Amino acid sequence: MLDLVLTQTLNGLASASSLFLVACGLSIIFGVTRIVNFAHGSLYMLGGYLAFTLVTWLGPADPLGFWGGVILAVLLTGLAGVLIEALILRRIYQAPELFQLLATFGVVLMLQDIALATWGPEDKLGPRAPGFRSFVILFDNRFPSYELFLIAVGPVVLGLIWLLFHRTRWGVLIRAATQDREMVSALGVNQRLLFTSVFAFGAALAGLGGALQLPREAINLHMDLSMIAEAFVVVVVGGLGSVTGAYLAAVLIGVLHAFGILILPKITLVLVFLVMAAVLIVRPHGLLGKAAVEPRGHAGQLFLLRPADGAAKAFGAVALGLLVLAPLVVPDHVVLTLTDLVIFAVFAASLHLLMGPGGITSFGHAAYFGLGAYGAALAVKWLGSPMEEALMLAPLMAGIAGAIFGWFCVRLSGVYLAMLTLAFAQIAWATAFQWVDLTGGDNGILGVWPSAWAVPKMAFYYLALAIAVLVIAALRIIIFAPFGYALRAGRDSPLRAEAIGLDVGRLQWAAFVIAAIAAGIAGGLFAFSKGSVFPTYMAIPRSVDALLMVLLGGVQTVAGPVIGAFAYMGLNEQLMKLTAYWRFVLGLSIVLLVVLFPRGLVGTWLYWRARRESAAQAAATA
Amino acid sequence: MSAPVPPVLEARDLARSFGGVKAVDGASFSVEAGKLVALIGPNGAGKTTCFNMLNGQIKPDRGEVLLAGQPITGLAPRKIWRLGVGRTFQITATFASMTVRENVQMALISHAGKSWRLFGRADQRRLGPADALLAQVGMAEQAEHACGVLAYGDLKRVELAVALANEPKLLLMDEPTAGMAPQERIALMALTARIARQRGIAVLFTEHDMDVVFAHADRVLVLDRGRLIASGTSAEVRSNPQVRAVYLGSGVTSGGH
Repeated sequence: MLDLVLTQTLNGLASASSLFLVACGLSIIFGVTRIVNFAHGSLYMLGGYLAFTLVTWLGPADPLGFWGGVILAVLLTGLAGVLIEALILRRIYQAPELFQLLATFGVVLMLQDIALATWGPEDKLGPRAPGFRSFVILFDNRFPSYELFLIAVGPVVLGLIWLLFHRTRWGVLIRAATQDREMVSALGVNQRLLFTSVFAFGAALAGLGGALQLPREAINLHMDLSMIAEAFVVVVVGGLGSVTGAYLAAVLIGVLHAFGILILPKITLVLVFLVMAAVLIVRPHGLLGKAAVEPRGHAGQLFLLRPADGAAKAFGAVALGLLVLAPLVVPDHVVLTLTDLVIFAVFAASLHLLMGPGGITSFGHAAYFGLGAYGAALAVKWLGSPMEEALMLAPLMAGIAGAIFGWFCVRLSGVYLAMLTLAFAQIAWATAFQWVDLTGGDNGILGVWPSAWAVPKMAFYYLALAIAVLVIAALRIIIFAPFGYALRAGRDSPLRAEAIGLDVGRLQWAAFVIAAIAAGIAGGLFAFSKGSVFPTYMAIPRSVDALLMVLLGGVQTVAGPVIGAFAYMGLNEQLMKLTAYWRFVLGLSIVLLVVLFPRGLVGTWLYWRARRESAAQAAATA
Repeated sequence: MSAPVPPVLEARDLARSFGGVKAVDGASFSVEAGKLVALIGPNGAGKTTCFNMLNGQIKPDRGEVLLAGQPITGLAPRKIWRLGVGRTFQITATFASMTVRENVQMALISHAGKSWRLFGRADQRRLGPADALLAQVGMAEQAEHACGVLAYGDLKRVELAVALANEPKLLLMDEPTAGMAPQERIALMALTARIARQRGIAVLFTEHDMDVVFAHADRVLVLDRGRLIASGTSAEVRSNPQVRAVYLGSGVTSGGH
């Protein structure tokens, strides 16, 4: 028993090293640039692939070839970081935080297809590391010496970073910028160089994490997102910007994983995210994190929220008219696409309630969409419910989850809140994925068909359209009702809101539940539209879809997310038909959109209109 | 003869430390209905801490706050507001995505207990009372403007209108005239004094501008390093040697701060 505990502890520590390297890079980059780099997992994957190619090329058996290849891979990943920073991020440091996040997700998509095109879809098994091929006998157990080497890497890198941060001018600048970026720039430090070098350093650490995995496990195309989710957990548990905290958290998560697999193999993933939730509730800024200095001055320009004017309403009416008439003229497969689009419009509108009036960023809104879908599918499978009943159970299940998750989430704010939403979404995803008896796991639940009257494509489309119009109209009414105003009051100035008797936390909690219910309705419809549900319905990419739809349309208006849903999902579907490398094109489009329209589509249009109006006013008074 | 009416606000032996620093150390005072009481003192004297304890933003280590004789110590700001305490902030806090009128409407809606309504346009509610309040503070013409684009002095007026929305017994104003032009300051405080006397509102305000204080305060409290060192009319406080030593003597400003 004791030796088992020991082996698992060592296993946990070994896997903690790569996790630490990635999380530490992520944390340092966030500390200095305030960018949550979604692409950090992709840099980790890139490091792994580059190491595979270089080591194979330089000679895997030769120590110089192997370690030379690893070092080269690390340097090249650092260079990739420089390119990403200089070509993309540097142009959008002034844009809202979320747009930066979107741009980095665009990079995730691009790197996925670059890796696919370069290395193909097969897993790449690396050679064993020269000098670490043997086993060490520990407590009568054979333990690979490479694992022991990995265990040592974590503390060694931690020590080196400590020296770097405390003994070099560059390191001191990084620590200073992490505490107060504006003060550092006020002192005349070259921010551009600092940001680029920090990004390169963080990317190189991720590359090292990936390259060191080569002898341990196969390099594959899914490493990026699974790593980024865990790295988020580590960074948040450790405390944003704290390197030591990242190490402690990585060890905690690594060991937890190792024992979880042993004791409760079905809920290892859930366990990890539960620990994160627990830590954040006790210590909202993570184990070793401190509350960062908020940027001074007005946090972003807040637009006046107005009901749509006559022109916009006319436009909306025409668009709705076209949607009603469309099935009469377009072929069946287009009706299917339109069905998806109206469903996603509901999904986007539900997230908008949180992100717009609520001012709450959710990285995990797919949880409620997915739980709605599973709610409907489980009702069909286990209760034998007809569609009508299942469609009622969908929002119920999502709403209950929204109430539970939201209760925790509204205790936090900003990036921590966003990451907690991601953690809860991962819990939901992991449950669907691992609880095979109930959900069918990866195989999903099939045979979720509509009632007979709604089986024809056109009938189901009208059902979806009618529900979508009702839900979106209800959300709009809520936004302009006292509740929506009160929610917005809490976003604009929590201090003032509390001082006029508004309970901001409760209002936000209620907004969570309403948004979850609306997303659940969308999920339920989606389940019947596809006839099946899968865990991917609540995976990270789907949450990012929702974010993209809302941000693309613009959070400033109620119509924005709906337009964003059509623009984004429409683009998505077309690209998937046109090219196998649709991810690359989509990623590139996202990056270009963010760089060109940092206010979102509708936001940019509003800005142009406002400028034209003020110019006209100036001309009139002159 | 009925029992004596308790003052609107009474603070008893309030104290609060941050780390080793005693920000407020045993302050006791009271404010009666319809009176304007100024709380003055050099920077760091503990004025804002005192204020934040009165409206519930921070809990005192010791002491008691009574509103019309009822203890309100340690209640949340929103509960204290419900009991009839309006507040304006040193750095203005308004809702930037709403118009001036909507800011006031929001406060009125909350006062009416309707902020959880899920339907019915909020900007159509309580229009009359909102416009009346805006007219009172001289902001009627700018009712349609976004709060995000207002001049600072106008924001202070909006805050006053918002603070009056719950028909308060007590107004707490933290540096109500900071950042305003000199004539504007006098005008705003004159307005506040008029409203307070009309409606019998007790007003406690902090202020750096001695012209404003001496022109409008019925009573002046002087705070120094967390302790109340003097209390009395403007004339009494002005001639108090201790006050002169710690405060007025060390460079009294007129019109600036």
